[in-house]
Amino acid sequence: MSPQELQVQQKREIEKKQEATAPARTFMSTTDIFEADGALTMVLEMPGVDKSNVDINIEDGVLTIEGRLDFAKYEEMQPVYTEYNIGNYRRSFTLSNKIDQTKISAEMKDGVLTLLLPKAEEAKPRRIAVS
Amino acid sequence: MYHPLDALFDLQRSLESRLDSDWLRGATTGTGAFPPINVFQQGDNLVAILEVPGVDKSDLEIQAKDNAIRISGKKNISYPEGVSLHRRERLTGSFDRTLTVPMQIDADGIKAEYRDGVLALFIPRAESDKPRTIRIN
Repeated sequence: MSPQELQVQQKREIEKKQEATAPARTFMSTTDIFEADGALTMVLEMPGVDKSNVDINIEDGVLTIEGRLDFAKYEEMQPVYTEYNIGNYRRSFTLSNKIDQTKISAEMKDGVLTLLLPKAEEAKPRRIAVS
Repeated sequence: MYHPLDALFDLQRSLESRLDSDWLRGATTGTGAFPPINVFQQGDNLVAILEVPGVDKSDLEIQAKDNAIRISGKKNISYPEGVSLHRRERLTGSFDRTLTVPMQIDADGIKAEYRDGVLALFIPRAESDKPRTIRIN
């Protein structure tokens, strides 16, 4: 089976409830979420974001992941042909109380952030044997 | 008075005007193909910036000939066996795209930098393409 051709995924701008103080646009990261072995894994794409510019916050059970671009490298450059817009990234998720919020870990490579969210012990599914 | 955010506004406005650019008229590339490309002018040279998040540097191949630059590779996403998907938005696959620029370039002088899922190609204009001043005797 030949590998499929990749398609461009247009960036989705977030719906803002309030105005931001900085004029840069903010987009939603393309995200995959899957579950395996008692942990949730979230994979978010944020091309152009250095890992030192990533902010991960949890407040009231809401996980917010923000990534900021370094626009300074675009100074002195005049756009002549553009296909995509650039901006910062933000996406929020409501975490169920099954996640152990103190054990969340994150790593970043090639503009992709991977978050590991282990489930709290009691929340792991138990098989119930029928006697 | 220059406002420091003017440059950012200008950049955003320019990036927003799509598809009307005559710049690549008659050239072979178009929109929609992956990866998306933005081309900038920096002095006399061009800078092409492409977004390829999750693509490993070893999976990227860049070739240049005359005034065409070919970028190809694959984006591998593999998740462990037996996972249960909650959300799947990322795409996986291969890509092969050629960008033809409307000026003569110094193919040997192209520099490529890859960081955080963004590939930047610094494309110098060929010396033969630059106008020469002719002195009048």
